[in-house]
Amino acid sequence: MSNPLIQLTGVCKSFRGNSVLSGIDLTVMPGQIITLIGPNGAGKTTLVKLVLGLLKPDAGELYLASNLCIGYMPQKLLIDPTLPITLDRFLALSEPDKEKCQAALGEVGIDPSAGNQPLQSLSGGEMQRALLARAILRKPNLLVLDEPVQGVDVVGQESLYRLIGQLRDRLDCAVLMVSHDLHLVMSATDEVICLNQHICCHGHPDQVSSNPAFIELFGTKTAPYTHHHNHQHDLRGDVVTAGKAHQHDRSCGHD
Amino acid sequence: MIDVLLYALLAGLGVAAVTGPLGAFIVWRRMAYFGDTLAHSSLLGVALALLLSVNLTLSVVVICLLLALLLVMLQQQQTLASDTLLGILSHSSLAIGLVAMALMPDVRVDLMSLLFGDLLTVTPRDVITIYLIGTIAIGLIIWLWKPLLTMTIHEELARVEGVPVTAVRTALMLIIALEIAIAMKVVGVLLITALLVIPAATARRFANTPEKMAIYASLAGSLAVLIGLSASWFADTPAGPSIVLSAAILFALSLLKRE
Repeated sequence: MSNPLIQLTGVCKSFRGNSVLSGIDLTVMPGQIITLIGPNGAGKTTLVKLVLGLLKPDAGELYLASNLCIGYMPQKLLIDPTLPITLDRFLALSEPDKEKCQAALGEVGIDPSAGNQPLQSLSGGEMQRALLARAILRKPNLLVLDEPVQGVDVVGQESLYRLIGQLRDRLDCAVLMVSHDLHLVMSATDEVICLNQHICCHGHPDQVSSNPAFIELFGTKTAPYTHHHNHQHDLRGDVVTAGKAHQHDRSCGHD
Repeated sequence: MIDVLLYALLAGLGVAAVTGPLGAFIVWRRMAYFGDTLAHSSLLGVALALLLSVNLTLSVVVICLLLALLLVMLQQQQTLASDTLLGILSHSSLAIGLVAMALMPDVRVDLMSLLFGDLLTVTPRDVITIYLIGTIAIGLIIWLWKPLLTMTIHEELARVEGVPVTAVRTALMLIIALEIAIAMKVVGVLLITALLVIPAATARRFANTPEKMAIYASLAGSLAVLIGLSASWFADTPAGPSIVLSAAILFALSLLKRE
């Protein structure tokens, strides 16, 4: 078995005394697709920032493989309308070779002739693809995607997920992505991690994806992930203990 | 007499060359208020220079840079909204500067020239200082152009792609401080931001790349200096405000161009 790209052990992070993440164990193996889900404020973005090295953990260990090269796709690009920049130029900031940029655009399904459009004029779906193109230009072995299908309609979401799956196969990279949608999770995902300040549960997305009724409802590439919660959360997101099935250790920060 | 005009023109054009690209970044990164705050604090730098009898330009650059770093630190606290914080520091630094100067009895300062510039008293020495500092500022901007642009688009993406964001941001503040130090003589501390923002906003409608916008902004600024200085010379209007007014008229005219 090859070495993990990223390994987090017992990682905790808090902001101004408020614990956002506690006792996080997470391993990303090469080629693996991991989806992080969880409600707002669950710490998904914080966890992504820890992996990206934008934040330092308060406690616990963060191991990054020495050959790790991350292609990051941020949640949103807020570019001031006064900045005149085309899609081509945006990509050229990462890779000066024009042919490679054109190839990347082709890979994400954007017509390379669209490269001279102002970045601000792209539609939601095109923008996500453009960000993906920039991320793969770095030839990453890990793609980190923060809510890649946000602002994209359901049909577009399905094709974006299909694209991410294809890119993983072609680039042979691992994928760590965040989704706020608890029900629509990419079916190619190897592991779903449900986060709510700590890891609630994790596992394969349910076999339900093969059920014809669900395929009809959600399409072939998205599968609902059903939860196997063994505890409840109150409105603040704190854990309400429900019996002994709840397996926490000391690092959880709650009883 | 004509050499007064020549020095004024050279000084104005030298400052406008830097305000173009720097103003573009200030507009793209929405730092207008930030620039304003630093410009106001430069008055404190002047007071300090008079008090300690040190070099005025150096004192202004150092004070602006210190305040910029203080601002960044305070902004990371996130207890006050950024614009509230800037509002507090902008006007209190201006007030400290004014009070400090009033407390120095031996020093008579022409406050109007500090606040609104005094282009027609520029000396050859001033012109040399402006071009020396301006060259450093433009050199820094060109050298850091790509990381600055990458960071302006998305700071975290830039960081993940290996841009030393903190260092580059500090360098940008140093450039702003340098520009303030040289623009003070031309338009005064109260109008520096106008010279940064208005030409850049004018250039936006004609540019389709960031580089073109920066260059066009320099040209628009230079044209404003020419027109404003002419008005000042022939109609005896104050030079600094005349230049800013010219820039504003050029901007208004640019609105006539269809996108």
